[in-house]
This record gives sequence, C-alpha cells and structure tokens, in this order.
Amino acid sequence: MDSEAIEKAIRRMAHEIVERHDSPARIVLAGIPTRGVEVANRLAAHIEKIEGVRPYLGKLDISMHRDDLSTRGKVTALEVTDLPVDLDARPLVLVDDVFFTGRTTRAALDALASFGRPSTIQLAVLVDRGHRELPIRPDYVGKNLPTSREEKIRVRFENLDGVPDSVVVIKP
Amino acid sequence: MSIWTRKDLTGLDELTTAEINFLLDTARAFKGVGERSLKKVPALRGKTLVNFFVEPSTRTRTSFEVAAMRLSADVVNISATASSLQKGETLKDTALNLQALQADIIVLRHSSPGSSRFLAERLDSSIINAGDGAHEHPTQGLLDIFTIREKFGRVEGLNVAIVGDILFSRVARSNIFGLLKLGAKVTLVGPSTLVPKSFEKLGVRVTHRLDDILEELDVVNLLRIQHERQRKEYFPGLGEYVSLFGLTKARAAKLKPSCLIMHPGPINRGVEIDSDIADGRQSVILEQVTNGIAVRMAVLYSCAGGAGVPT
Repeated sequence: MDSEAIEKAIRRMAHEIVERHDSPARIVLAGIPTRGVEVANRLAAHIEKIEGVRPYLGKLDISMHRDDLSTRGKVTALEVTDLPVDLDARPLVLVDDVFFTGRTTRAALDALASFGRPSTIQLAVLVDRGHRELPIRPDYVGKNLPTSREEKIRVRFENLDGVPDSVVVIKP
Repeated sequence: MSIWTRKDLTGLDELTTAEINFLLDTARAFKGVGERSLKKVPALRGKTLVNFFVEPSTRTRTSFEVAAMRLSADVVNISATASSLQKGETLKDTALNLQALQADIIVLRHSSPGSSRFLAERLDSSIINAGDGAHEHPTQGLLDIFTIREKFGRVEGLNVAIVGDILFSRVARSNIFGLLKLGAKVTLVGPSTLVPKSFEKLGVRVTHRLDDILEELDVVNLLRIQHERQRKEYFPGLGEYVSLFGLTKARAAKLKPSCLIMHPGPINRGVEIDSDIADGRQSVILEQVTNGIAVRMAVLYSCAGGAGVPT
C-alpha cells in the first residue's frame, strides 16, 4: 500500500465508524502503541472532517497485559497509557496497525477492564494479515492482506519514520 | 527501540545509562497502574517470587510485596529468623533450595556485599538485590532518581547532595552510580569519618560543610543515621551531628524554593531533618515510597521478561 491507498483506507474506515455510531462525539479511539496511535490520530482527523466533531483520542499500552512475557527473551520499553475520559458507558474503538493472531487485542480487552466499562468495544485495523489464533475479529479493516505466517508486515508513517507512508509485506 | 535483556538486577554500577533510563521509563508506565481503580495487571501471573531477607527490613520487603502482587505474581516471604541459615546451611544451598522450589524471582537482602551477584551467577532464577551490605541497594537508588526525574523532567545538570553516613550506605552508593551516569552533579556531605575524601575518585565532590552549599542545591537527599550500626569512633554524637548536618529550619530556609528534600526512611525527626521540614512543601519523602512500588514493578517485570528464552 502506498500513501494514497493508506489515506483512502483510513478515510473509508472513518466513514464506517461514523455510520455505526449515533453520536460520534462520544466515541473514544484508543490506539495501541506505536503505530496504532498514529492510525487513531488519522481516523480522528477524518471523523472530524466528516462530522465536525472530534472523538476522544487515547493511548493504551498492553505490554503488561500480555501472556507471553517470559517467552520473548527481551523486554521492550513500555509506554504510558493515557485515556482522556471516563470510559464507562462510552463506545470505544481499539485501533491498531496490523491484525495478526488476535493476542494483542485480547490483552487490550484485559487492559481496558481495569480502566472502566465501555458500552461497546470495537476494533479497527489498517491491515488484517490473517492467522487468527483466538475468536476475535476486527470490525473495521483498511485492507485484507493475506500473508504466510513467516512473512512480516512493515508499516511506515512519514511523521514517525521519516519515509513516505507505506505497508509492505516482507518475505522471510 | 531500547530493550532489556538482563535476568538480574544486582547494582546500578553495572548498568548502562540506556538501561537505567529503560527502567525509569518502564516505571513511569507502571506508576499509572497504581492510579487505576483496579491496581493489578497480569504480567507475572503464574510466577513465584521469594522475598528472601536475611537482614531485617519492613518497608523494602513490603514494597516488593506490593509490587509483585500488582503484577499478579505469587509471593513468599522468608526472613532471617525463619531461615535455615541459622541452622548452618550456606547461602548458596539455601538459594538452591529456593530455586528447587521453582522460585522464578528471588529478592535478596543480605549483609554481605556481593551476595546478590554471587547468586545471580549460580542460579537460573532472577536475583534482585534488595541491599547487600554496604554495597548497593539498586531499587532505592532508582526510586530516588525516578522521583528527581519526575519532578524536574530531567536529571542531567542537577546539583544533588547526599548527606550523612556515606561510608556505610548502600543507598548512597546506588544513588552515586545512577546519578553520575545520568549526568547529575553529586556532592557528598558528612563528617570526615563517614565521608572520606577517597570518594572523589568516583567523580563526586566531597565536603564536610553543609552550610556552604545549601543555596546551590536542586536536591538534598538525607540518609538515615543508622544508630544500630554506628560505631562510636566514626560518629560524632547526635547533638553535634544535628548542629553540623541536620536539616534544621534555618538551613532549609537557605535552600532554593524548588529544591527537593528526600529521605529513604525511616526518618529520625529532629535528627537528620526537622520535623516540620519533613512534612513541608519541599519534602517528597512519601512520594518516594509510592514511586518505590512503580520502580520495583518495572524491575520485576523487566528481569522476569529478560530471563526468558531468546526468540
């Protein structure tokens, strides 16, 4: 995907999110670091263009809720979770860049439970690469990108990575 | 991206600046957990942590215990009086028994310098040093530095004084190693018997006159006078100590309004610090206690994860 395709995919997801919510101003978009936060930022900008109101934007670090800490051999830095409002009774949309096994989403659902009780939780991802391991699937998908398990997906955003926006499948 | 690959934390001396910053950043994320209504995350679910304290301690042990519980680990406390060390078993044998009980993490306090390192090199379990003699107390050093960084947004360039019994203080050593690596300017203050000039080799300034430096300080960290460990020949006597090194009201008035007053606790009111000053606006003594939990969560989390099989 090039920057134009990414832009179109995010815009379409923003429309879908608006269609499925009665009052978009109440929505909380919770990005999962690092690139899920950027996708959430862009979704919020589009929703604002469409509806004239900006949804709440937050950041949810799920590392401490994962169940595979001791199988990874190294630990990466955690980010501070920052949710702007009380989540109780609000619709929340989790946002990530790539959907793979579903384990990140499971951890995110766990994490959210300690912050409040949203009225609904949905999932938006820029890319669904397949290989689900859990009964969890995204509600909004920018692009379905079938991959083999060994392949990697590399997502780059200009404002974070200094190179043009792109989504590339990397062969092993 | 910065990463952590160690299974143990035995001291700040052996860490790189990046590793210290990693732990401080991770602690920031964990501090948020303590502010939620549900103060528990599943990161160490199914792990067993043994608090193995061969020297008495209440606050450090409790802090580790709370940290471990917030990470969902199971905690067992073993104290000196209950342990087999009194029955003649060696430290290594006792530790091997703890490992055989499948302890994933052993938090060790012991009177011998190097005891944590000794076990870390011989056991597969993660070893966290909770104080080894007069050598290091890395989590205390980290929580002091975390508190400083949180208040100032940085550590580099700050003037930090550590006051009191430096010679016998593991807290001082861990602070010195960590602060210097992060670029602070460190001054050690105390009577010449307890703050020998030889400390200057570490890259710090040594002075025996607190009154001369009060105005320039950003942080003053007061160490506890350890009555129980003092030998007469080193210590001038309480009255004399207070008159020269106690943070009295008069001395506190000379500090910058932004200067932080710290103390690892338990405080001796009227000795290291005037009672009103300890409760005053510049004192962050109780914040240090709260931050200690976050720092210890970060250490437990990182060492438990760093101990895994590399993938």
